[in-house]
Amino acid sequence: MFKKLFGGKSITEALGGAKIKESLTRTRNSFFGQINTLFGGETIQPDLWDDLEALLIQADVGVDTTTELVEKVKDRVQLEGITRPAQAQAILQQEMQKLLEGFAPSAVEEYRILTVILIVGVNGSGKTTTIAKLAKLYQQQGKKVVIAAADTFRAAAIDQLKVWGERIDCPVVAGQPDSDPGAVVYDALKSSFARKANILIIDTAGRLHTKYNLMKELEKLHSIASKQVHAAPHETLLVLDGTTGQNAISQAKSFKESVQITGVILTKLDGTSKGGAVFAIGKELGVPVRFIGTGEGVDDLTLFDPPTFVSGLFAV
Amino acid sequence: MFENLQDRLNDVFGQLTKRGHLTEADVDKALKEVRRALLEADVNFKLVKDFIERIRQKSVGIELSKSITPGQQVIKIVHDELLATLGEAAPLNLGGGSPHIIMMVGLQGSGKTTTTAKLALHLRKSKYTPLLVAADTRRPAAIEQLVVLGRELNIPVYTENPSVPPPTICANAIKAAKANAQNVVILDTSGRLQIDESLMEELSQIKAMTNPQEVLLVADSMTGQEAVKVAEGFHKQVNLTGLILTKIDGDARGGAAISIRSVTGIPIKFLGTGEKSRDLEVFHPDRLASRILGMGDVVSLVEKMEESIDEEVAERGAQRLMEGSFNLEDFLEQLQQLKKLGPLAKVMEMIPGMGEMAKSIPQGEVEKQLKATQAIINSMTGKERRNSKILNGSRKLRIATGSGTTVQEVNQLLSKFGQMQKMMKQFKNPRMRQNLMKMFGLGK
Ligand SMILES: Nc1nc2c(ncn2[C@@H]2O[C@H](COP(=O)(O)OP(=O)(O)O)[C@@H](O)[C@H]2O)c(=O)[nH]1
Ligand SMILES: [Mg+2]
Repeated sequence: MFKKLFGGKSITEALGGAKIKESLTRTRNSFFGQINTLFGGETIQPDLWDDLEALLIQADVGVDTTTELVEKVKDRVQLEGITRPAQAQAILQQEMQKLLEGFAPSAVEEYRILTVILIVGVNGSGKTTTIAKLAKLYQQQGKKVVIAAADTFRAAAIDQLKVWGERIDCPVVAGQPDSDPGAVVYDALKSSFARKANILIIDTAGRLHTKYNLMKELEKLHSIASKQVHAAPHETLLVLDGTTGQNAISQAKSFKESVQITGVILTKLDGTSKGGAVFAIGKELGVPVRFIGTGEGVDDLTLFDPPTFVSGLFAV
Repeated sequence: MFENLQDRLNDVFGQLTKRGHLTEADVDKALKEVRRALLEADVNFKLVKDFIERIRQKSVGIELSKSITPGQQVIKIVHDELLATLGEAAPLNLGGGSPHIIMMVGLQGSGKTTTTAKLALHLRKSKYTPLLVAADTRRPAAIEQLVVLGRELNIPVYTENPSVPPPTICANAIKAAKANAQNVVILDTSGRLQIDESLMEELSQIKAMTNPQEVLLVADSMTGQEAVKVAEGFHKQVNLTGLILTKIDGDARGGAAISIRSVTGIPIKFLGTGEKSRDLEVFHPDRLASRILGMGDVVSLVEKMEESIDEEVAERGAQRLMEGSFNLEDFLEQLQQLKKLGPLAKVMEMIPGMGEMAKSIPQGEVEKQLKATQAIINSMTGKERRNSKILNGSRKLRIATGSGTTVQEVNQLLSKFGQMQKMMKQFKNPRMRQNLMKMFGLGK
């Protein structure tokens, strides 16, 4: 589905593969490496299922999703008369992949005069850094990108984005600290048209999804964009800290309700975290993961591709 | 979003109130629910296992009490065990010579810089003269962030060129503090992964050069299963002395606190409860324990109300209620306040035992009703609102048309309001008033 974007090259070649595998090496060794040994024997032992459950829960997959996955694999193993652990592994892999697949492709691919991307998320999840990474990615594809610094609330958030803007040579439209973020969005839209930009990425202040007023404010930003540009924002991406546990699902739910997120960017996967909450988000909300963040550098962003992701996790 | 543990345990124990004591099978069933609650709260998998074993030993065979349900009894045991694990709140250790050094460490984005400013404000209230040190030279504009916060609070911030190594900056800052008679120095270090060897080594250098009394891990309350590894990693490197759990104003259950406590033994010192510099609180083990169990969080609800509700308006309403002069205009004003809290079902979920009820309300039903009520009152003239007795048939028809409702709905509202007013008249009676106050936990 990303073929168009990368001129016919597969995503693995174009961007992802090597990097995903590399950044997940740690994960693979510490976590799915264990699954490999679990699935290594000649026959399926009864405690295989408990061990599997333990491993999935420790990857933040969550109790419900884990139970469902294990039951599903168990059922299929029985139904399909499977006896070898390696075959069971293949089934697990398929089932995990299914939870992450089958969603709408990124709206950024479609041709339009200006594509607007709204970035949302809780405090400290990695929004600003990810915006720099995204901007650079699209620039490298020959797109003209503008960034809106609509986090006018956090101290020095505007400066942070301006530093990134200079580093990647991308215009940043900003207002005064504590000014109305809606005005910044409005100005940035106007400025994007004036500059004939292809993509506008809007940074927003971090907010906990439980704060009613702040979520209302976000809805306002969303509607300002939609009034200025047809069907904007074309993508609303939730930046989710990969270290987050079960609260990730609550976050995704709330942000989906209020600003109809179209995707998730999972950050900080260069640590030891597994980001397993993604499976529940796919299963329960049908929201796809679009990118993963694998470091603090501007190039540490990878397109998320379910088969690459899951098989990367399983590879020996 | 998660079902309340209390509700689930009541389900499990529904049938056995009559028997004399908890059997092994009863306990097993209950513990399955407890396990689930703890895992949903992000308590580390392995710790949950140990924890459940301890609860099992304490639960089997206990005698059922007549006054509380078996569910409540198990919850009490779990709650007590959680309290024991969480330990007491510990104050900052500001012993030794001046200046006292506090070093803040943690993952990227956990809230170190914000918390540094909060601690400084907290300490200044206790008459300390803090100096903040911007030792995060890596993240763009992290120095500026601390400078802005310092300026807002009128607390000095020590900065150097970001090309100077952080350990040197910290050492220089302490000299500066001595020279300026500042008696507490708080070091804001860069966020880092516990597996990043060179950056972890840098922390050791900072520690060696500054000899801090406190090395505080700042951890996000939303952290998942990895909390154990993160805490272990930092503890091994710099010997942590305390934990600050941030972003507790969200709806994360905060099981990471249990994980971090269990693997390091360090006390929890503060909770971060908001984005403002004043939003730092002393830690209450019982509140966190209830929260981890998903037992509703009345305190958070109260906080939420405080945050969203205009106190003056609420007080005016209460005053008029007490006086018995509460009219439709006041009612409308209070309704508008209520709406600010967000969807009512969400609010109800925060009240222990109300989780089930919240689910039984069709989504948006209450909101629809409120909206209709508001529309009706909005269609009245000021005079009508202040004196609903003058509402005759033609006035009611006009109001119904204006609000897009029916005369029947207008009548329903008026009759409900009439009942309410009658009830409120009784508040004039001092004894009734006292009872009401008691009901809300006020007065004696
Ligand atoms: N290790 C790591 N750190 C990240 C990643 N993405 C962001 N960060 C760091 O997380 C911290 C918070 O990021 P920031 O972009 O300011 O978050 P925001 O508050 O959501 O805008 C910064 O220190 C970033 O450098 C990532 O993928 N990996
Ligand atoms: Mg930001």
